[in-house]
Amino acid sequence: MLREGELRIPSGCAISGIIDKKGKKFNGKEIIKSIALMHDRSNGLGGGFAAYGIYPNYKDFYALHIFYENLSIKAQTEDYIKKHFDIEKAESIPTRYTPNIINVPLIWRYFVHPRINVCLSEENFMDESEFTSRCVIKINTDYKGAYVFSSGKNMGTFKGVGYPEDIGEFFMLDTYEAHMWTAHGRFPTNTPGWWGGAHPFTILNWSVVHNGEISSYDANRRFVEMYGYKCTLKTDTEVITYLFDMLVRKHNLPIEKAIRVVSAPFWDDIDREKSEEVRSELKSIRAVYASALVNGPFSIILGFEKGMIALNDRIKLRSLVAAEKNNRTYVASEESAIKIICDNPEKVWSPKSGEAVIVLMEGEQE
Amino acid sequence: MSLNFNTPDFEVIREESRCIQCKVCVHQCANTVHSYDEEDNVVCADDTKCVNCHRCVTLCPTKALIIRRHPLEFRENSNWCGKAIKEIYKQSQTGGVLLSSMGNPEPFTIYWDRILLNASQVTNPSIDPLREPMETKVMIGRKPEKLEFDSDGKLLTKMPPNIELKIPVMFSAMSYGSISRNAHESLARAAEELGIFYNTGEGGLNREFYKYGKNTIVQVASGRFGVHKEYLNTGAAIEIKIGQGAKPGIGGHLPGKKVGEDVSATRMIPVGSDAISPAPHHDIYSIEDLRQLIFSLKEVTGYKKPVFVKIAAVHNSAAIASGIVRAGADAIVVDGFRGGTGAAPTRIRNNVGIPIELALAAIDQRLREEGIRNYCSLIVAGSIRNSSDVVKAIALGADAVYIGSAAVIALGCHMCHSCSTGKCNWGIATQYPELVKRLNPDVMYKRLVNLISAWNHEIQELLGGMGINAIESLRGNRLMLRGVDLNEKELEILGIKYAGE
Ligand code: SF4
Ligand code: SF4
Repeated sequence: MLREGELRIPSGCAISGIIDKKGKKFNGKEIIKSIALMHDRSNGLGGGFAAYGIYPNYKDFYALHIFYENLSIKAQTEDYIKKHFDIEKAESIPTRYTPNIINVPLIWRYFVHPRINVCLSEENFMDESEFTSRCVIKINTDYKGAYVFSSGKNMGTFKGVGYPEDIGEFFMLDTYEAHMWTAHGRFPTNTPGWWGGAHPFTILNWSVVHNGEISSYDANRRFVEMYGYKCTLKTDTEVITYLFDMLVRKHNLPIEKAIRVVSAPFWDDIDREKSEEVRSELKSIRAVYASALVNGPFSIILGFEKGMIALNDRIKLRSLVAAEKNNRTYVASEESAIKIICDNPEKVWSPKSGEAVIVLMEGEQE
Repeated sequence: MSLNFNTPDFEVIREESRCIQCKVCVHQCANTVHSYDEEDNVVCADDTKCVNCHRCVTLCPTKALIIRRHPLEFRENSNWCGKAIKEIYKQSQTGGVLLSSMGNPEPFTIYWDRILLNASQVTNPSIDPLREPMETKVMIGRKPEKLEFDSDGKLLTKMPPNIELKIPVMFSAMSYGSISRNAHESLARAAEELGIFYNTGEGGLNREFYKYGKNTIVQVASGRFGVHKEYLNTGAAIEIKIGQGAKPGIGGHLPGKKVGEDVSATRMIPVGSDAISPAPHHDIYSIEDLRQLIFSLKEVTGYKKPVFVKIAAVHNSAAIASGIVRAGADAIVVDGFRGGTGAAPTRIRNNVGIPIELALAAIDQRLREEGIRNYCSLIVAGSIRNSSDVVKAIALGADAVYIGSAAVIALGCHMCHSCSTGKCNWGIATQYPELVKRLNPDVMYKRLVNLISAWNHEIQELLGGMGINAIESLRGNRLMLRGVDLNEKELEILGIKYAGE
C-alpha cells in the first residue's frame, strides 16, 4: 500500500484553537479537553497540536521536530543538518507511555541556527528563513524515512497517529505552556497511518489545521510549486500552509489581502463594490492570484508568530464557530468544544463564509 | 484532354414517389447537382458534383432526398484504399497541389475522448449551480509576478491590460473573405451579447463592424491585409498570427474569386486578386524580431491592449511558447492539428502538427517548470467540440479556448469540407451575394448565443460536480482528470493518472 505523500487521501476532521492576545500563557490541558470533546469527528488515525511560545529559552533558534524511521536515516539527516546549521541543542522529545499510541517512530528535536556562510555560498544570497525552509523541504523530499514536522521559532508541533487526546497525553502537553494552541483530530478515509501525515502541517512559524477537502488542490499545488515549494505530503493542509507562506513571507502581502486571495469575493460582489479603487484592487487580486484561490469545503485555523486566523470557504461548506472571553479568542468546529473550556463566553458567533476571524497579539500590526 | 478517371463520392437518392418537382433543390444547390428535365417532368442529379452539404436534404419540403456515400468500391486493399487512388487520379489530371478544407479528418487519437472528469462523493460536497454562485469569468492578459501594497494597504502595482471573458470560450480567427459578411456579423453580435470575443482573422475589419470593437480581437498576420492604426486601436486585443493548426508552416490563402468589392476594400488589395500571405512574417526571422513586433503593436495602441501570439501546435511548441512569454506576449494561442481552415494543402493539413491536448499539456508544464506560467494566459484551439472538451482543456492548463468549426456548425455548416470552392450553400464560406443572403444574421447570431450559453450551463454543472465554484480553481487542476486507453508515455505527457489510480 502506498503511504501518505505517495497518494492523496481525502479526510474530514475536527479543529480547535485558543489564543490569548495579551500573550498570557496557559497549559495544554485546555486544548486537549476541547478537541477530545469532538472525539467522534476523528477516527483515531491522526491527531496533533501546535503550540506557540513554548520555547522561551531558545526563542531565537529554529526548533526542528523530526520523525525518523530508523537510526541510519537519523545519522544521515543529522549530517545534513550539521552541514547547514549550528546545533544548539539536540534531544529526543519527551513522551510518556500511552496504551493507544503504537508504532512510534524516533522523535527528535533540534534547536538550530542557519550557518550564515552556507546561506551565502549556496545559490546566491538567501535570508535565514528562506534558507531554513529550503533545507526543510530538501530533507522532506530527499531523505526517505526522515520527516521534519515542525520548523518554527519558539513554537512547536506535536502530532501522530491516534486520537488527538491520546497524542496530547503521549507528548505530555500538560507540561507545556503556550499563549496560543491549535489542535486537530483527523478522519482520513483511508490511511496507512503515517505519523507525518497527521496535522497540523507547518513550515517555519506557520501552522495550519484544516477541516475539509479542497477541490482546487492540484491547481494550488502546481501554483506554489512554481515558487520553489515541493508538496511532499499531497495534503490540502500542506498546500494551504505553503500558499500563506508564499503570499505573506515571499510576496509580502498584508495578511488581510492574503485572506482575500485564498477566499476571494465573488465577481458579482466585486461589481457591487461602490469604490472604484476597491473594485480594481479586488479584480487585480483575483486576476493575479487566480490559482491561489482555495476552492471547496474548508475551515482552517492558521497560527503564526503574530497571531491566529480562522477562515471558512466562500460558501461555508464546513462548520466554524468563534467565541471571546476576556483576552482570549476561541475557534472550533463545534460550539460545544468551546463551551466545555470556557463558561459563559462574552460573545459567540458563526463567522460568515469567506470572512476571517483575525486575532493578532497586542502590539502586532497587520 | 485525357479521360477523366474520377468517380462520384456521394450518391443522391431521390424517392420519386415523394418528389413533387418543386425545384427547391435545383435552386438551392450552388454546385448544380440537381437539374429539372421539363420534357419528362423529373428532377435529376449529377452525383459527381455533390459534396454532401445537406442543403437540399434539409430544404426539400417532402424529405425526398437522401445523400449516401457512393457504393462504388475499389477492390479491397488496405494499402491502396479508395482515397489514396482517387487522390492520384486527381493530381495526375490537374498537376496541382491537393486542397482541402476544415480540420484534419484522419483517424488519429482524440485525447479528449480518452480523458474522464471527476465528481465529488461524500468527502467533499458537490455544489449545485442552480442554487449557488458558479463563476466562469476569466481574465486574459499578462499578470505581474506579484502584487505590492503600501503600508496603508493601498495597491501599488499597476495591472497590465487584461480582457474579461464572461465565459472562457471565444470565436477563433476566421477572416472576412474566407467567410461571409453575414457570418462575420453573426459572430460579432453573438460575442457582444455573450460578453466574449470574436476574431477578425487576417482579412482586416469592415468599417461597419467597428462598432463591435470592444468584443473584437484584431489579427495581424504575415500578409498584413487590412492592418492600419485605426484597425489596431479598434479591437480589444491584438493577435499576431504566426501559424495555424490546419497548415503549420504556411500562410493563409484566399482565392481571387472570393475577393469582391467589399473584401477588396477591407483587405486593401485589388478586386479579384489572390490574397496569399507569405509563409513567415517577413519581419520575423527569430524570437527577438517577434519581440519587436509585439512592442511596435503595443506602441501603436498605447500599451492599452493585450497582444496575443498564435502558433500552430508543433513538435517543439513548449520551448517556443516559453520564448513567446519571454518576448513579451500577453497571451499565447496554440492551435492544434485538427483546427479548421477555409483552404489548406491536403498533405499539410493531414500530416503536419500535433494534437492540441498533448501540446497544451506540454506547454503548461514547461511554463510552470520555468516559473513563468502565471505571467501570461494560454488559449487553445484546434477542435474543441463541446463543453466537456472545454473543461478538460482548462483542467490540463488552458485559461480559455477558441472555437471555429463548432461556431460555423452552429451557423449551419454541415462539414462538407468544400469551403475552398467558395460555393458554400449555407452562406458561410462564400462571397456570392445570393448564397451569403441565405445566412440571416438576425437569426443566426442567436444560435451562437444559444450554443455558448448552453455550454456555459454544462460547464457550471461539471464544475459544481467537482466541488468547484470558480473556473480558475479548475485551471491546471489535473487531478480532476483520469485517462483511459492511454499508454504510459501519453499519461506522462498529459500529466494525468490512469482511471482507477
Ligand atoms: S426539393 Fe425535394 S421535392 Fe423539391 S424537387 Fe428537389 S427532391 Fe423534389
Ligand atoms: S462552411 Fe460551408 S463549405 Fe465549408 S464545410 Fe461548412 S458547409 Fe461546407
